[in-house]
Amino acid sequence: MSDYTSDEMMSVAAARTLRDGDVCFVGIGLPSTAANLARRIQAPHLVLIYESGTLGAKPETLPLSIGDGELATTADTVVSVPEVFNYWLQAGRIDVGFLGAAQLDRFANINTTVIGGDYADPKVRLPGAGGAPEIAASCREVTIVVRQSLRAFVEKVDFVTSVGFGSGPGDRERLGLRGGGPQRVITDLGVLEPDPATCELTLTRVHPAVTAEEVRAATCWDLKVAPDLRTEPEPTERELTVLRGLTS
Amino acid sequence: MAKILSLAEGVAELINDGDAVALEGFTHLIPMAAGQEVIRQGKRDLTLIRMTPDLVYDQLIGAGCAAKLVFSWGGNPGVGSLHRFRDAVQNGWPHPLEIEEHSHAGMANRYVAGASGLPFAVLRGYSGTDLPGKTPTIKTITCPFTGEELAAVPALNPDVTVIHAQRADEAGNVQLWGITGIQKEALLAAERSLVTVEEIVPSLEPVPGGIVLPSWAVTAVATAPGGSRPSYAHGYYERDNELYKQWDAISRDRESFTAWLDSEVLRTEGTPA
Repeated sequence: MSDYTSDEMMSVAAARTLRDGDVCFVGIGLPSTAANLARRIQAPHLVLIYESGTLGAKPETLPLSIGDGELATTADTVVSVPEVFNYWLQAGRIDVGFLGAAQLDRFANINTTVIGGDYADPKVRLPGAGGAPEIAASCREVTIVVRQSLRAFVEKVDFVTSVGFGSGPGDRERLGLRGGGPQRVITDLGVLEPDPATCELTLTRVHPAVTAEEVRAATCWDLKVAPDLRTEPEPTERELTVLRGLTS
Repeated sequence: MAKILSLAEGVAELINDGDAVALEGFTHLIPMAAGQEVIRQGKRDLTLIRMTPDLVYDQLIGAGCAAKLVFSWGGNPGVGSLHRFRDAVQNGWPHPLEIEEHSHAGMANRYVAGASGLPFAVLRGYSGTDLPGKTPTIKTITCPFTGEELAAVPALNPDVTVIHAQRADEAGNVQLWGITGIQKEALLAAERSLVTVEEIVPSLEPVPGGIVLPSWAVTAVATAPGGSRPSYAHGYYERDNELYKQWDAISRDRESFTAWLDSEVLRTEGTPA
């Protein structure tokens, strides 16, 4: 096995969660990398949907933006922005939403809006919501890809941009969120999944050579570890070759 | 019937200080040349409306044209921050910027309501997020048929919408294709509209997936070849991803941005190279 970086391990682990034939709403950056990797490995019939309205995009190279020209030329069809959000996302036609985060809490609520200070006078102004709140609300399930650090995995997010499980069990139903919510968080250290009873993110897998203690040390809350903690298999040569072909 | 004007005439005639202006184009066909003409003409106190402010509004905000921004995602796609937008929100430079923040779904539906002649739009959105607490234009409404609680957002009706399209014919009918985003809704929602085009042709050949905005629904058309760069015009030129990356350094501090503005916008006329 050749050497690989923790970011490569994260992209590979995220790609492995996608099933062939899934309809996947893809954000730019790490989610787009993972989805395009999956389409070249185990999920050739993965349907990629970008919020620019490109349904079934099949890009040869990784797009920089969600609206690069190649997404339109390779798509099954290109629809308007109101249509992609209303007919396809809101109506419940998407299996998996793939999201990033600047901050995340134990219930997988996401902040991509402001950090520090208050909303009117923030320390750091982030890009904001984009399509994320409704992706988080309406997809059958959500996968979050984010590097694990004390800065990102916080006790309480500074702003709830997109809802995971709110403050715990029953909140999604109470809020009228019809999708299933986050089912996994893939990081550069391992994989966290919501506890079926409490909805709290729990460490269920570590990447090779990573310990549970290391993951806990990169998490602000008292991260629970699954009793049957497993180790994610290393990237295969094929996964690494394809991934590097995409990102080079 | 749409008037055929020069870009400078179009901006001068249609956009006034204090107007609510939407320059739309979702990643594709962003009306960059029109934005820079607005800067050259020194328009002030604009309410800028756009789902993704992108470089076009980073430039307008940094140049001091904007009093308020209505938006849903303020980043440099695939690159990072919009530094002029951040500097305005975090530090009030060059002056304070009021913001009205939505999600993409909310903004899209606001344009649909505006184009449809409705006062507001209904969607499944924002529930459980902190946005309704910060944005007064997000409220809830009870469905009169099912009793379900849904989000309501007011129509967007800009004074002026500006879009860029591939081409128009000599009568001012406008044709665009590829990712057509939110442009039709934004244009039909507005009181007045200016469409910049790559070229004016004798007649419009049909294009798969293309849309036509009839001349009688458009106020003015102006040619601006390359007018979307570094965004792109499908079938004409590709997105200049390198320039999007370079914008990060150009816009990062006030001095380099001001130098760029001076040499690339203020001292030039018309369409940038």
